[in-house]
Amino acid sequence: MPVLDHGQEIEDRWTDLADDAALPADGGVIVSLERWRTERDALIARSQPVGVRLKSNQLATELAGDLAHLGVVALEFPKFRDGRAFSAARELRERFGYKGEIRAIGHIIPDQYQFLTRLGVDTVVVPADRVGPAWAHALTEISIAYQPGLQDHGTVSLLRRHLKAEVEG
Amino acid sequence: MPDTTVTSPRSNQPADAHAAVYRYDEFDKTFIFERVEQFRAQVERRLKGEITEEEFKPIRLMNGLYLQLHAYMLRVAVPYGMLDSTKLRRLARIARVYDKGYGHLTTRQNIQFNWPELKDIPAILHELAEVDMHAIQTSGNCIRNVTTDQFCGAAADELVDPRVYAEILRQWSTLHPEFTYLPRKFKIAISGAPNDRAAVQIHDVGLIARKNEAGEIGFTVYVGGGLGRTPYLGTKARDFVPVPEILGYLEAVLRTYNQLGRRDNIYKARIKITVNEMGPDKFIGLIEEEYARLPRQKYDLDPAIVTAIEQHFTSPPWESLPAVSDKFEAAKAADKDFARWTRSNLHAHRAPGYAIATISVKPIGGIPGDIEADQMEAVADLAERYSFGELRVSHEQNLVLAHVKQDDLYDLWQELDKVGLGTANAGLISDIIACPGLDYCALANTRSIPIAQRISERFADLDRQHDLGELKIKISGCINACGHHHVGHIGILGVDKKGEEFFQILLGGDATNTAALAEIVGPGFSYDEIVNAVETVVTTFVGLRQPGERFIDTLARTGHAPFKEALYARA
Amino acid sequence: MLVKAKGAQQSITANRLIDGVAVWLGAGNQWVEHVADAAIFEGEAIAQALDTAKADEKGQIVVDVYPLDVEATPEGTRPLHIRERMKAIGPSVRRDLGKQVAGPTPAL
Repeated sequence: MPVLDHGQEIEDRWTDLADDAALPADGGVIVSLERWRTERDALIARSQPVGVRLKSNQLATELAGDLAHLGVVALEFPKFRDGRAFSAARELRERFGYKGEIRAIGHIIPDQYQFLTRLGVDTVVVPADRVGPAWAHALTEISIAYQPGLQDHGTVSLLRRHLKAEVEG
Repeated sequence: MPDTTVTSPRSNQPADAHAAVYRYDEFDKTFIFERVEQFRAQVERRLKGEITEEEFKPIRLMNGLYLQLHAYMLRVAVPYGMLDSTKLRRLARIARVYDKGYGHLTTRQNIQFNWPELKDIPAILHELAEVDMHAIQTSGNCIRNVTTDQFCGAAADELVDPRVYAEILRQWSTLHPEFTYLPRKFKIAISGAPNDRAAVQIHDVGLIARKNEAGEIGFTVYVGGGLGRTPYLGTKARDFVPVPEILGYLEAVLRTYNQLGRRDNIYKARIKITVNEMGPDKFIGLIEEEYARLPRQKYDLDPAIVTAIEQHFTSPPWESLPAVSDKFEAAKAADKDFARWTRSNLHAHRAPGYAIATISVKPIGGIPGDIEADQMEAVADLAERYSFGELRVSHEQNLVLAHVKQDDLYDLWQELDKVGLGTANAGLISDIIACPGLDYCALANTRSIPIAQRISERFADLDRQHDLGELKIKISGCINACGHHHVGHIGILGVDKKGEEFFQILLGGDATNTAALAEIVGPGFSYDEIVNAVETVVTTFVGLRQPGERFIDTLARTGHAPFKEALYARA
Repeated sequence: MLVKAKGAQQSITANRLIDGVAVWLGAGNQWVEHVADAAIFEGEAIAQALDTAKADEKGQIVVDVYPLDVEATPEGTRPLHIRERMKAIGPSVRRDLGKQVAGPTPAL
């Protein structure tokens, strides 16, 4: 499925691996949390990029000690209305200082895109028939934010500010 | 765009320049117009089929657009109930041009229109944006309008002006990236006085201002209150959160709820369910853990923000007046109808010579909370003439002019009376809260408005109403409890009994500091019997009361037994 | 739709997407504005009518499609549930608004 970054389709470096699919020799793979738990050592020893897929009821804390090994964390939206992944993204960045890729997968609509990027999500996986200009456009529709951004470290010194600087920063 | 502001003859300032509403700056104005264009584009995508109704529904809800029985309904935000004359005139225009000439005041201090068309919504939102108004997050599974006490900034018992913090919370919760897809709606109320007029204990989060021993201002925080199918009073989470920490604390509450609130069943998805299923101690423990983890520097509220927002809510330029107005006293002595209105509809103001006036939007036999466009314009004029152009919507579906000189009260009341808004019934039996009910709402089992009307007519005699004293009747047409029946002194709940409208009576609810949930008295009553039943309750009260007792006091003393007996003895 | 339709005779209702007006599926699969003109379906025809209606939901014509129990009367189709009759009439407390203004409607 197409992967979007800043609303544009990019090449996907990752392969989504089902729990019962064989591990390919090389290439980055994303496995479920369950598979990560049972095959952790093997996956690390493989010395290839690896990532974990979290379901919406699996909190970021599940990966707390492992983030150094993970090139990507994929956050699942079973339904776009299930907003738990927003908190997961926030925690990965803010609480755990995660620097790898965060991608959103599942049922996502362009109208959520800006919230995702503001919380540190890098990429979005979208069915081919849903790719279109609405995604890139969604990032430009609202230019003002009323909450602290990821880059902010001081006190909430300004309740509203322009987003532009943050996105490009 | 037409200039709708009215300037006062004595200066070039708009006549409502001193109204304490938040004044948008260029950031806010840019944002609000961008939001309008965003929704316009979303409507176009919907009409072209590029997004499904399932995907569009939360989007339109978060722009205030609800689908009801007969038509769409647009719920316009009135942040913490504050309006000025300019805004009210614009609402009147919207009612006329895009709707059926009236609006409805809600139990969360908002105003809603019952007949807008989807194709007109972008234009309506644009007109609202022109006067710094919007319909953002008035519906949907997000943080809703932060409500407060309708006497704020004027009552004497205030520790802080709650509007300052309500505005800070409003901004903080607007398009919050993490909390826009919550398990369910989230309602916050804040009281600036220890005397809670904002019903904070029946909100998802309730804040009551207090001072600690060091004299610092902060808030007691309650979580997990709410009505609906399973009512709960809020649990105290923290006795004292100092002002600089309040945003961080709320982030911790919301994050815990967003992650752990149920998403499998919409009737179990409010925070009150999670708090009580998990156990309050455990839930509050999780909040505290999250709060302890937050990078505090990032979430502490800079005092400079508080100071900046405070500038929007300074007191209007009150004149130096004697505490007693001879003109007012004389008018009361001469006009007993006016005197009666002053006894029910006025509240003491902290500035000598002033008063807080409640405009009853509950005319005898009228639809509670409905206000016509002409009436809106009349009230806008009166606000300018008598109260610095400022008004409030109360959660009891009335309006308030908070800064009226006692000298002016008689003139004000006569003007109100001319437009049907002078009823002397604030807080009395005919000051009823009623949900829209089956007449408008697709969720209702029964009508509620005609019940309110018939009760009001049964007790039309204002002298009788004043004799009965404070008696809060709240009517809901279904168990979703939008009419707040759980916290009525007398609550009425409409139920479907084999396809017929039946009504249960509950007694002893209270939305104030002495918060309590009402209890059902017994089997329900038919549409034809319910008003008689209410009268039986009232007559029983009259027979039992002791001097100085309100209905709720008598009930507390006697218990429900005499009322049950009176209602069902002959059954 | 809070009351499941389970009767032998059913109609299909919805609200028009563009303006929110309540409508019912009528003759020739056209949407009509008065319930008296609503087509009555029985047996398998109910599911077929629902499919037709849901296609119009996908086609950006209507929203919130659902079936309701009805009966045929000399004055036309009449809903059996009070909520569905209210939808067909307009607010009982504002006789000057809703469908009741345009012509005869069922009694509540």
